[in-house]
Amino acid sequence: MRYGTTASACAALIRRDLVLTWRRRGDALNPAMFAMIVVVMFPLALGPEPNQLARIAAGILLVAILLAGMLALDNLFRSDHEDGTLEQLVLSPHPLSLLLASRIIVHWLTTALPLIVVAPLLAEMLHLPRSVLPVLLVALALATPLLSLLGAVCVALTVGMRRSGMLLALLVLPLYVPVLIFAAGACNAAQAGLPFLAPLLWLGAALALALVLAPMACAAALRISIT
Amino acid sequence: MNTLTLWFHQFGSPPIFHRVTARLSPWLYASATLIGFIGLYGGLVLAPADYQQSDAYRIIFVHVPCAWMSLFAYFFMAINAFIALVWRIKISEILAMASAPIGAVFTAITLATGSIWGKPMWGTWWTWDARLTSELVLLFLYVGVIGLYNAIEDRRQAARAAAFLALVGIVNVPIVHFSVTWWNTLHQGSTVRLLGPSRIDSSMLWPLLLLALATHVWFFASVFARARVSLLELESGKDWARSAVLGPGAAHD
Amino acid sequence: MVHVEGETPVPLLHARGLSYARNDESIFGPLDFMLHRGEVVLIEGDNGSGKTTLLKVLSGLLEPATGNILLDGEELTLARLSHQVALMGHLPGLKSDLSAIENLDFTIGVFGLRPGITPALALASVGLEGYEDVAIRQLSAGQKKRVALARLLLVPAALWLLDEPYANLDKEGIDLVNRLLDAHARRGGAALITSHGAYAFTTGAPRRLPLRSAA
Repeated sequence: MRYGTTASACAALIRRDLVLTWRRRGDALNPAMFAMIVVVMFPLALGPEPNQLARIAAGILLVAILLAGMLALDNLFRSDHEDGTLEQLVLSPHPLSLLLASRIIVHWLTTALPLIVVAPLLAEMLHLPRSVLPVLLVALALATPLLSLLGAVCVALTVGMRRSGMLLALLVLPLYVPVLIFAAGACNAAQAGLPFLAPLLWLGAALALALVLAPMACAAALRISIT
Repeated sequence: MNTLTLWFHQFGSPPIFHRVTARLSPWLYASATLIGFIGLYGGLVLAPADYQQSDAYRIIFVHVPCAWMSLFAYFFMAINAFIALVWRIKISEILAMASAPIGAVFTAITLATGSIWGKPMWGTWWTWDARLTSELVLLFLYVGVIGLYNAIEDRRQAARAAAFLALVGIVNVPIVHFSVTWWNTLHQGSTVRLLGPSRIDSSMLWPLLLLALATHVWFFASVFARARVSLLELESGKDWARSAVLGPGAAHD
Repeated sequence: MVHVEGETPVPLLHARGLSYARNDESIFGPLDFMLHRGEVVLIEGDNGSGKTTLLKVLSGLLEPATGNILLDGEELTLARLSHQVALMGHLPGLKSDLSAIENLDFTIGVFGLRPGITPALALASVGLEGYEDVAIRQLSAGQKKRVALARLLLVPAALWLLDEPYANLDKEGIDLVNRLLDAHARRGGAALITSHGAYAFTTGAPRRLPLRSAA
């Protein structure tokens, strides 16, 4: 293996992040726990009537998963910034956007993937019709990476701050609105028996675009906030 | 260097910017007030009552110019943000950051007057109309820019970070508008058609245009005034700033 | 240092009119200096004179207000950072959940490996033999510093920028830093270091670069 190439740098970063997640595997379950707590609160507040829950199940699930992802975002660069690793990454001779893309992908794998895995369970708790579940899962598979990528740009802007939680939510919200609309739109259309492909395709197109542009924007934002 | 960049560099030099805007500001404020009063007189007194909405429609003379300004201020901010990030011109950083609170206030006024108008017309303070929702998201974008700018200690770094956010936002605005419109057609029912500009009578149009002009002039007066103060704050260590505030001769204390 | 008569070698590092300003307040500079291969230069200055900032500018982390930096005659820009520079800052840049060897493996993956050395050898030469698999969180501040030094030995960078390399180190550790610096200079490397106190180098006094806060 050759060291110091861009490929080896990305591989080293991915390996490191996976090992770190494994060492703290308890923490990795937190977003899923949080989403479950949010979901549990809705029937308690609205009453257990299955028809009513089924009607709003997809929306609740998406909002819960979006909020859980937003909480997890804070970790994206925080520890790396606090121990000086982020500085080393910025100084590396490789394209920062590719390194950040690797970082974001691992972050998605370790925080959003567990959310998608528990989604069927949560859907069942809210009586989401079985026929809508595949659409929900596809929507989540397209929407959550998009949320991670867009969120990463905002996190990069707030990286030097000690308490950024509320501000981060404020920065992220306008970017998340279209994603939420299309993901929920697909589910609602499927539930109403209408064609649901168009919003999913929009999500896919946005994801393709964000995969290319977001890491670059993230790198630019990081360069502004780290100096 | 071509004339445009030369002009930019001259106007972009802090002492000159300070001097020019200090001289310009009172005139801008005065003319905005004057034009505004003429427009309001035309709109509130001269223009006839609407045959459907009677006098309630007159709120458009505030609502519509503010709605235009909420977008105009964002474009102004984004253009300055772009210049600030690419060419690192300090005045542009300051202008972008000065326009954010003003734009936010115009957006808030738009939302407030919109719901005041909505109550008698639609019987509700708020409806999830595409335009209203986009305007609300626009307000969040403004507040985000202001929040980020205030959260970072170093003023210039803060301005650059917030400028970056403003640029991300300008990409986001049309996407939000598109998605909200799409979402709105999906959930038909509560959609209410807003007053179309084509149906407007000329006796109502000229006050509206005058008021739009007045808000634009007011915007620039206000931006320049804010920018001047933050420029003085940023450059407080420099000779020109001390003599501008304390009078000539104070420069070398 | 030795070089052929009548031929001026291209310096490893050449700063020309270099200055940095934060919020329009000058932090240091303008500075002009050269650093040749085989040299170790001590940056001297009081607290707040901009020593750390200077190292960050030279590494490419911060952009200078004026002037430029030439590395081997080629300009260093943010868009083109170099394998030739290694920065050791105040923060160790180590993940506390990983072992020493895992941290070093990550470093060489990103920055590359100097020929003829391995992570285990590097750890041994900073006196941490037997600590390979110990998590960084269990090491003392001085031992963390040694792991950070081992990282310098591994990467192929010729120019070391060391911010307070003697901090947190005992007498033995200080000797170690000096030995590493000497060996690096003899290999044809160069180093810029900041320090509060003046420490004696094993081979004579180092060149000094005074830094005064621009008042």
